[in-house]
Amino acid sequence: MRKTMIESLLRGQLTEPAPPVDEAALAELAESVNRAARARLGRSLSIRHVDAGSCNGCELELHALSNAFYDLERFGLRFVASPRHADVLTVTGPVTQNMREALLRTYEAIPDPKWVVAIGGCAVDGGIFVGSAAIVGGVKDVLPVDLTIRGCPPNPRQLLAGLLGLLQTVA
Amino acid sequence: MTLSHETVNVDGWLEAVDRLANGSLTLLGLWADPPGVKMATLDEAIGDISIITYITRHNQYPTVGVKHPPAIRLERAIRDLHKLDAIGASDTRPWLKHPDGVYEFLAAEGEALHQISVGPVHAGIIEPGHFRFTANGEFLVRLEQRLGYVHKGIEAMMADAPLDKATKLAARTSGDSTVAYGFAFALAAEMALKIAAPPRAIYLRALMAELERLANHFGDIGAICNDASFSLMHAQCGILRELTLRAAEACFGHRLMMDLIVPGGVARDIAGDGATQLRTLLTEVRRVFPHLTALYDNTASLQDRTVTTGIVKPEYARQFGAGGYVGRASGRDFDARRQPGYAPYDRLTFDVPLLTAGDVNARVWIRIREVEQSLGLIEQIIGSLPDGAIETELQAAGAGEGFAMTEAFRGDVLVWLRLDDNGRVARCHLRDASWFQWPLLETAVEGNIVADFPLCNKSFNCSYAGHDA
Repeated sequence: MRKTMIESLLRGQLTEPAPPVDEAALAELAESVNRAARARLGRSLSIRHVDAGSCNGCELELHALSNAFYDLERFGLRFVASPRHADVLTVTGPVTQNMREALLRTYEAIPDPKWVVAIGGCAVDGGIFVGSAAIVGGVKDVLPVDLTIRGCPPNPRQLLAGLLGLLQTVA
Repeated sequence: MTLSHETVNVDGWLEAVDRLANGSLTLLGLWADPPGVKMATLDEAIGDISIITYITRHNQYPTVGVKHPPAIRLERAIRDLHKLDAIGASDTRPWLKHPDGVYEFLAAEGEALHQISVGPVHAGIIEPGHFRFTANGEFLVRLEQRLGYVHKGIEAMMADAPLDKATKLAARTSGDSTVAYGFAFALAAEMALKIAAPPRAIYLRALMAELERLANHFGDIGAICNDASFSLMHAQCGILRELTLRAAEACFGHRLMMDLIVPGGVARDIAGDGATQLRTLLTEVRRVFPHLTALYDNTASLQDRTVTTGIVKPEYARQFGAGGYVGRASGRDFDARRQPGYAPYDRLTFDVPLLTAGDVNARVWIRIREVEQSLGLIEQIIGSLPDGAIETELQAAGAGEGFAMTEAFRGDVLVWLRLDDNGRVARCHLRDASWFQWPLLETAVEGNIVADFPLCNKSFNCSYAGHDA
């Protein structure tokens, strides 16, 4: 173990500089944020994630945000286990009939102020699953959405650019 | 592979059920193509696959699940999706559809027992599902799963869909196995269309499939160790996973290689410097991975968590026809790349690792050994990649049926489809390996402590999306 750790230290860091903030995301967010919220949150945001019907592709890339290359936590962004601890709800997938209630309950459990980020093409409007009787639609059909990050799935740089936009605007 | 189709009467159906129950056949799938119900079985001794069809009467067919429990959830799904009833079934609760009202979990009664209810929303960035634990102090006496939360109606959407739309849906059945699903769907469609992909496409498909396997195994090995609070392995394996995905993007333009395998071939050739990129990846993995393997093997506190934890009994692995590392860690010597087998694996050399301990540790080791095999396969493929076209033109061939199995990182994916006269998909069934692995997780946790459940669960890494579809 010591050898692996020393080698890692000697190799220098893999972590890459942050991507530029997504300008479209900034414009979308500007409306949903007020100064009071900004003061309260400081420079950090806690994120609670819900898969509302995803194929799991988006989750894989959300996971990648925590690896050595992207290191999400250096920006003050972190995923938390409980909605009670969260400021932001990220949602992937078309919202299925079977996940609608769980998604709503998770949203309601997050204290105000809170923001919702729809991640991936399916979360925007149902994507390729539009027309299925088993889905409700996109996230916006169930919750007020403050930010969308498109892609199938969005890659970690796109995810990071979107979330940094959120951080810059909100916190 | 010998594949036979047959329509049977009730006696033929019941005979197959008896052979499943006595272990001389393995259940590969059970699905509906109304008014018929279809059952795919494998005779492991001789390698024959048989698909039998029973035409239901009054929307009913004789139950399989009562004599052969692996079919129970499949029967519940058939009832939900197609309103065909398994007569004599012991469990008729809904499965993939969640109607309003209370879902009756199975009872576990006794003094000092308590229940823990988890999900569908879990603590991490994972898929949704519900686990109902019954525990005696720290010890689990029962786990019952409730799934279906990410049911998107993929098979219903495929009915009457053009082939390209259905191909995209298949690729989004389980995102971590998008290559394996695309591969199986393409093979099944090609069988129905009576065409074959060109040799170069066949090799590129396997290249993508092995990259997908590598990325997922790295992710899993790290994540299992992380669930035992050994984050160093998680960080190091995370680096290898990221390097693999970046190599995939450099070669094929998409990190997960989604939508690249299509009926007829592949949608995109490997980048000009792809082979060089992959050789760099192989060199780096071969430099680092042996140290990580040794680290896993030599860390007593980690071994203390994984050895003898979450044992899947070999007889259950056999009975359920469990594929992937779940089956191979419990003595079931099955890999779809070898049996039924498909190109180009018949021309490549690889071993299928096998262990019998059936614990979390064995499932980790199967993955470690498979990483080594995949590295060798990637090397062989880039060393012998044929020249030529990457796609065969699709031509209308009239109505037809197709069947294929591919080996995803977690186990075998089965695709059966029927095309109509216009080449549209009339009906398609996709069966994830998880259907026969999830029930074994319920058995594996018995007698383990609650705190070891995440470790057991991660060592299975079953798909919710692939199962719920």
